[in-house]
Amino acid sequence: MKTLILTLALVIAAVVPARPAAAVEYTRLDADASEIRFSFRQMGVTMEGRFREFEAQLSFDPERPEAAAAELVLALDSIDTGVPEMDAEALKPDWFDVAAHPAARFVAAQVSQAEDGRIELRGPLTIKGQTREITVAAEWRSSGKQAVLSGEFVLPRLDYEIGTGAWGDTSVVANEVRVAFDLAVLPAAARDDR
Amino acid sequence: MKPDMQRYHGLAIGLHWLVALLIFVTFPLGLYMADLPLSPDKLKLYSWHKSIGVTVFALGAARLLWRAAHRPPPLPDMPAWQRRASQATHHLLYLLLLAVPVSGWLMSSAKGFQTVWFGVLPLPDLLARDQAVGDALATLHFGLNLALAALVLVHLAAVAKHQFIDRDGLLGRMLPRGPGRHSA
Repeated sequence: MKTLILTLALVIAAVVPARPAAAVEYTRLDADASEIRFSFRQMGVTMEGRFREFEAQLSFDPERPEAAAAELVLALDSIDTGVPEMDAEALKPDWFDVAAHPAARFVAAQVSQAEDGRIELRGPLTIKGQTREITVAAEWRSSGKQAVLSGEFVLPRLDYEIGTGAWGDTSVVANEVRVAFDLAVLPAAARDDR
Repeated sequence: MKPDMQRYHGLAIGLHWLVALLIFVTFPLGLYMADLPLSPDKLKLYSWHKSIGVTVFALGAARLLWRAAHRPPPLPDMPAWQRRASQATHHLLYLLLLAVPVSGWLMSSAKGFQTVWFGVLPLPDLLARDQAVGDALATLHFGLNLALAALVLVHLAAVAKHQFIDRDGLLGRMLPRGPGRHSA
């Protein structure tokens, strides 16, 4: 009987993943393993792209999301639509005006857990000198050492004066830009095993 | 036109002139738009150009199918070399009616721009995005268009020759009205 209990205990210990004794706090963004993508419709055609350069400061304990804080800064000139002409156009004053406003910044001032288990991030998004309060719902997935925060939201580009002048014609470039992100985060004391 | 000369079938005549009109619109449009700086107008012009091009392809395919099923009216007496030249020119024109739009479609896919026919019907991208392939196809599209332009000039020169030099009334075969029977 003792042997049986011992065996059962060992089996359970082996099968059930060990939970960390202390809560894990994620404080680093693994930018190489992360993605920030966008898509929008242009003349009825869906165009897609991504931003290659961004960084984030964060402190996130998945068991206490309300105590979390995060700030993400994105280099707008790292845009990559796959079309060099479009990438060059995006830097111009009618679009991002990167000369005057090189970065986009999001501050997750309020973080909470929604009823469906998703993480809600709320805070100011600043692009091209325009700031809007946005709410983003994200899924949190963790496996082993790495955890990923994924979500998407719709960004009305004209709210931030992205694509003004003649480009304000939303029948040519739609107002709604779908932004999707997969942010890989690492704990503060993570053993690096790249 | 001689009264007993057969004319092309009404449908063949209609398609011929419709395709000619579309080409005469989309060809200069293509030349003009290619060098424009990026702007909403440029995107709109590209969209029109591509949609007209797809229409030319579809009508060209329809004409080819029609031609396969219907014999055109017989040519009047003429030297054999003229008969062969006529055949060759027309065969090449049919070929280019299809090849020019296809080369444009492939180039557009390779450059990352899907084609949506007049904004309502999306066409599949036959190629994955690849700038190098896109540039090569741009050269092909341009080259095929030069060939098309050259052949159209040959075609028009031949029409003028038959109309004003030979005075054999050949042009009447492709005109919608006037004397002469329609072929079957």
